[in-house]
Amino acid sequence: MFDVQSPDRAARQYPSIVGNLPMVRENIHRGKRLASVKAESGAEWVTLIRRVAETQDTDAFTELFEHFAPRIKGFLIKSGADHAMAEECAQDVMVTVWRKAAQFDPSRASVATWIFTIARNRRIDMLRRDRRPEPEELNWGPEEEPDQLDVLGMQQEAGQLAIALSRLPEKQRSMIERAYFGELTHSEIAEETGLPLGTIKSRIRLALERLRHSLS
Amino acid sequence: MITHHLSDKLLMAYSAGSLPEAFNLAVASHIAMCDECRARLASFDAVGGALLDQGPEGREPMTKGALEATLERIKSTAPTPRQRKSVSQNATLPGPLQQYVGEDVAGIKWRSVGNGVRQMIIPTSAQATARLLYIPAGVAVPDHGHGGMELTLVLQGAFEDQSDWFGRGDIEVADESTEHQPVAAPGADCICLAVTDAPLKFRGLLPRLAQPFLGI
Repeated sequence: MFDVQSPDRAARQYPSIVGNLPMVRENIHRGKRLASVKAESGAEWVTLIRRVAETQDTDAFTELFEHFAPRIKGFLIKSGADHAMAEECAQDVMVTVWRKAAQFDPSRASVATWIFTIARNRRIDMLRRDRRPEPEELNWGPEEEPDQLDVLGMQQEAGQLAIALSRLPEKQRSMIERAYFGELTHSEIAEETGLPLGTIKSRIRLALERLRHSLS
Repeated sequence: MITHHLSDKLLMAYSAGSLPEAFNLAVASHIAMCDECRARLASFDAVGGALLDQGPEGREPMTKGALEATLERIKSTAPTPRQRKSVSQNATLPGPLQQYVGEDVAGIKWRSVGNGVRQMIIPTSAQATARLLYIPAGVAVPDHGHGGMELTLVLQGAFEDQSDWFGRGDIEVADESTEHQPVAAPGADCICLAVTDAPLKFRGLLPRLAQPFLGI
């Protein structure tokens, strides 16, 4: 039932990001270049979000929709929603993706992660779960942009994390899934998850420091 | 410098969206003041992203015409901006708390609970209780055992117990096994946000019988 992304597939993509670093970097700037290529890696999802944000590109949105909408729906069903509710909610989430595309910060999250946070919040509203206040968002000002190397690094870390997650022993993986599907209370969650979150955390921390610096 | 942080299990439960409202408030308030935990939370969100972005078996096909329906909604309906009160930066109260009790500490309606200690219960869902505590400098916080989990976030001043010192932004995560005698440090009066998932059991200061009436 669980397969983040098969390790083989992710491992194939990974060197391609590293190997084509300057090209990908340019593609992030000029999203259109990748138009004909099917988006497969984290960096390419970032390009598609950019195209939605900057040119309201319906083709880019269609690719995002086809990949993510069924996954959001599946996720919501596993979290206790019925089919009709999950369908409607997945559409809601994709509407939000379109509208908030410009607020996505690829130096701090993958597109999948960003969409997860939107889906989680929608699920809380939909299932009338406890209200969930959030800290103020920190966003780049109109003149500033995240560093492109930070963006690539972040997308690579997210890929690595998916691989690490898929390689966890079944027992731990299943605990984590149940926690995210809302089946466990905080006291039922194990303090030791076995997830190697140190490197991705450090990278986000660095991006936050740059952002704070640019805001000050 | 914040030295006492959130636990991994609380961050995971907050990321998953499964905490009671009062705990969400404490977690969000700490993160608003602590970039280290903001980055750690983002790494837990990345786990959610990896779970969402799984292979074909995590998908649930969308109904026919879902993409067109979504595009139609994007084009035909204006975004409804989320009603969010603006928060003032660098105030004693972090943004999430300002949403509940207002911007200014001076506006808090305290009620005395004896010995100079005052409190204000913050209305949240019933699964857990959030309160602001005002403890004059040098005064002991009433000694209490914990029936469940308790989070104490320092907003002003500091408190110390037998083993530790907690200043602004520090959060103490305590459970049944913690029995301590925190004292507000000399200098400024201490204000903290205390959240429990069980009623506090004050010892010594108030007779047990009074608890149901005082709501503490």
